Parts: sequence; structure tokens; C-alpha cells
Amino acid sequence: MGLLALFRRSPPTASVAKERLRIIVAQERSARGGPDYLPLLRRELLEVIKKYVNVDPEAVQVNLEREDGHEVLELSVALPGAKPPATPAAPAT
Amino acid sequence: MTEIIVVTSGKGGVGKTTTSASLSVGLARRGKKVAVIDFDIGLRNLDLIMGCERRVVYDFVNVIQGDCTLRQALIKDKRIETLFVLAASQTRDKDALSPEGVRRVLDELAADGFDYVICDSPAGIEKGAHLAMYFADRAVVVVNPEVSSVRDSDRILGLLASKTQRAEQGNGGVKEHLLLTRYSPRRVATGEMMSVNDVKEILGLDVIGVVPESTDVLSASNAGVPVILNEASDASRAYDDAVARLLGESLPLRFIDEQKKGFFARLFGG
Repeated sequence: MGLLALFRRSPPTASVAKERLRIIVAQERSARGGPDYLPLLRRELLEVIKKYVNVDPEAVQVNLEREDGHEVLELSVALPGAKPPATPAAPAT
Repeated sequence: MTEIIVVTSGKGGVGKTTTSASLSVGLARRGKKVAVIDFDIGLRNLDLIMGCERRVVYDFVNVIQGDCTLRQALIKDKRIETLFVLAASQTRDKDALSPEGVRRVLDELAADGFDYVICDSPAGIEKGAHLAMYFADRAVVVVNPEVSSVRDSDRILGLLASKTQRAEQGNGGVKEHLLLTRYSPRRVATGEMMSVNDVKEILGLDVIGVVPESTDVLSASNAGVPVILNEASDASRAYDDAVARLLGESLPLRFIDEQKKGFFARLFGG
């Protein structure tokens, strides 16, 4: 402390902490209360997909949505290097 | 009507026992009849923080196993008439605590006219932590403005919402509050530490107290005098405010803004 402290500043990292926590807490909350098999299901799906396409581990999302009366298991796989959808060909006339 | 309050956190070393001690002293010196129970079986510590370690004859497990009566095991505080401590046992058998046994002790405290029972939870999410929260009406979740503590607190909030008697009975669940400890307004001001509002926003809970980082906390545990009794300390005032809020008063948060030091104080590290 003292004179040096006037000039020394550690980089502000609180905002980084907050952002990381916001994401991980949201992710853990959405998994909470869901069936215990979801993480394993996600991992095994990833293994299968990887046999055919080299996807990123982050690319497979498994979510269980509860709507009144029924549950929806939602799978979302982002494939790598997917080109933006081509403009549809002009309809033949 | 007895209110059962669990002081919990998930992560260790964030100030659960310090908080349990100060909240129970604070409630008792406002005239409430308070029992504070150490649920950390095998790692007894509350007795040291309360300064009654040499007066422990019987403990929580002795009561549950019927080796003594509850009255024999309750240690009466020497400073405040209406405050009693129930020490954890030093046994290594964690299964010594049973839900039925804990319920029996809590029922007996209620029948004895206690206003508050403070359950000092062990760290982690094992049996002791589970039993400390199971019968609670309210929870004080102690959190440091630091990533692992905040994440673990959220895990605890998940358990409070599912693995407690109130959650199972569906009667409104456990009322949850956050209590931040080791808060450094200076580091918050420089962007090195998450602010009260950051933590509040991430966890989505109301804040019942913010205790500033203070050297008085170590001195207090050294001496076995809960820090709330050191009237000169900011930590004491912060805990006393938290007690008032527990009792329903609405007070603005203090000690969350940096105290501006003068130029010379900064120059010479005052």
C-alpha cells in the first residue's frame, strides 16, 4: 500500500465473473429438477454424432421442457461449417 | 411459535459459523429465546466461536441417542440470559444424526418456548447439511462475492427448493435470504469484486445483510466473543442490521460504499 498503490490497478475482472456466473447458473438451473439421465444422454448422443460429423462438444444441446400435461425433449445439434442457406432458386415459370 | 432458521452456503469457509453466532446473539439480546445448534458432526466449531468450548459436557448426538436430556446438553450463554448453544459431537459416525432424532430435538425446543432455533449447517451437500436445512422455515445463505461461492449457493438454493420439509409439503417453501460476507467496497469500486447487486441479480434473492471484510472477525473468533458484540466494529453493525431485518424491520444497506480516504491517507497507506 502507500505510494505505489496510487498507480497500480489490477484489471477489473468482476464483470467477467458476473457474466460467467450468469451463464453457468442459468444452465445448472435448467438442468435442475430434470431427470438425471440428461447429461449422460447428451454425452452418448455426442459420441454417436461424432462418428459421422466432427461437431464441437458444445454443439449438442438437450433440453427438457415442461408444458402443461406433457414434456418435450428437445435436441439441438449445430453442425460445423454449415453454409448460410442458399437463396432459393427462382421458381420455374 | 418457534422459527427455525438454517445458516447455510454449500462452500466452506465463507462465514456460516461466524454468522450463526452473531445472528443468534443479536436475536437473543433483543429478548428472543434462542438456541443455536452445530450440525457439523465430527467437526465441532461453533462452541469455539461462541466461547463455550470448555463447558461442553453433552452434545447434539448424545441428546438424540438418549444419553442425556436436552436440558442437560444446552449450554447457557454467560453473556445473554436467553441464549443457548447445542454443540456438535466429535464422533466420526456421521449417521449418528437421524431425521427423527433432529425432529424430536426441534419439537422439544418448540415446546420449551424457544422463539428461534438457528441451525449452523456444515459445508457441502451431505447428510449434515441436508438435515440442517430439512426442518427450516427460513434460510440465510451466506455467500462471498466470488465465483465458486456464488455457484455453490445456487446449488444450495436448488436443494432448499426441493429437499426440505416445507418444499415437500408444498406450503410456500423455505423463505430464503442472502447474506454477503467478506465484502470489500473498495475492490467493488475498482471493478475487482462483484457488487451486492451483481450477486443479487445472479441468484435472484433479497439481501438480508452485507458484512464488510474486517480484521475484527478473526479477533472475535480468537477471543471466543461473537463479532456482533464488538460494538466498535462495522461487522458488528452489519450483523445487527441483518438481525433487525430478520425481525421485519426495513433498513438501508450500510458499508457497501467505499469510504473515501484523504490524499495523505492514501499516500501513506493509512
